Amino acid sequence: MVDMLLMILAGVGVALFGFVLQTSIAGVNRKIVGRIQKRYGPKWYQEFLDIFKLLSKRSVTHGWIFDFGVIMALGGIIGTAMFMPITSSLMAFPGYDNFFIFVYLIAVGMLGMAMSASGSGNPLASIGVMRALTTMLAYEVPFMIVVLTIIKLTGTSSLSELGILQQAGGDFNWFVIALPLGGIVAVISLMGMLGKKPFVTYIAPAEIASGPMVEYGGKQLGMLFIMHEITVFIEVSLFVHLFLGGAENILFFIIKYFAVYTALNIMSSVYGRLKIDQVVLFFYKWPLILAVTQAFIAIYLGWVI
Amino acid sequence: MLSTKFSPMSKEEVDRKWWEIGDFFRRNSLWMLMYCTGCCAIELPPAMTSAYDMERLGMGPMATPRQADVLLVTGYLSLKTLRRLIYTYEQMSEPKYVVGFGSCTINGGIYHDSHAVINQLNKYVPVDVFVAGCMPNTESVMNGFIDLMDLIKNKKANGWKDYHERNDWYKANQKAALGEVKIHDEFHE
Repeated sequence: MVDMLLMILAGVGVALFGFVLQTSIAGVNRKIVGRIQKRYGPKWYQEFLDIFKLLSKRSVTHGWIFDFGVIMALGGIIGTAMFMPITSSLMAFPGYDNFFIFVYLIAVGMLGMAMSASGSGNPLASIGVMRALTTMLAYEVPFMIVVLTIIKLTGTSSLSELGILQQAGGDFNWFVIALPLGGIVAVISLMGMLGKKPFVTYIAPAEIASGPMVEYGGKQLGMLFIMHEITVFIEVSLFVHLFLGGAENILFFIIKYFAVYTALNIMSSVYGRLKIDQVVLFFYKWPLILAVTQAFIAIYLGWVI
Repeated sequence: MLSTKFSPMSKEEVDRKWWEIGDFFRRNSLWMLMYCTGCCAIELPPAMTSAYDMERLGMGPMATPRQADVLLVTGYLSLKTLRRLIYTYEQMSEPKYVVGFGSCTINGGIYHDSHAVINQLNKYVPVDVFVAGCMPNTESVMNGFIDLMDLIKNKKANGWKDYHERNDWYKANQKAALGEVKIHDEFHE
């Protein structure tokens, strides 16, 4: 009983660590993008100021579904982040860091947000939710094929064991290098997951007025911002553990995390935005072909670098 | 000599402390809703991009009135846009601030004798900061934003409270300009 309570406390600690890490790195990235655009950029802690400002404002409600969905989204995402291993040996629930736990649990938060946005009754919110789910269908298929290839090759789906297996092979024995086509697919899918520039169809501020977030203001929007930061933490950490060889210690984790997130941000700052049908067509064309090719040559021909 | 004895603060003092902490966050993260009605809107692109870079002050554009803190009224308001402006202002979540650009929002500017344009914006919605000029240059626009931050710091940006307290006066002015507003309820018709 006491063990269980301690594990839950440690899990909340992991979620808090993820929130602080991702919010700081997002602020630093806003400065980096500012420098790319020849601007000075905001303070590095600007994201914290934004979130606490939103929590300090008054807000309206559009019914209890609207409020409950926000809490469900935040709770679902914190519950997912609790299972995330930080290094290959440091985690809140040892033995429960299976890849499929994250795939299933992250849907709770996403569906909470979808429910809440639909509860606002704004048509732009419904369009945004529809586009978010369509984008999800598009990027999940190639990403899952690559991850299932890794699981087939190694025989395990635990994130920490996958990390230890990659570290055992020596320096840079990472799946992003061992399976180069799969690595490309994973990077593209990660951009879709994070909603980075070419695939930002469901936010689209100029077209559908920030999509699912259109009716949120004040405290609800602040909670959604916290949820978004923890979601990004989960998705980027998944990439680090699956494709970049996990992390031996917490310093390596932060370095790899920062490198992945910054690289994606720099890439996305030079793109425009695709239309939703172009996103789906794109994901079902090139990343899917690359993923199937990678699965075929890795599993049936056994060519792994 | 300072006393180390613990004395509990009264409820007003606690509220004031929390409000000051909130004001620190609010003035360092002002999200704008640009209601670009007139020509002064052309001053906003240089203020946002690399020339003056208002993001270093924590300001940024937002897509909807619910998310925004500052309403920027850039220029003259015709009677048709005034109605939309009032709808937009009332949708924003509190605390909310308004910045009026150019001489058109102060006294009508070069449109002062037009039948279709209102002359004084602060008769219809409370304005915290006016940026004078026809048109104001970008330095004075940035200066206006910094003035707004100082007003928030000194607890003088109370336009949204004024809108609650003197709501009858504002509503009477709005009705005098627009006539009685008939709301179309498409859902129940």
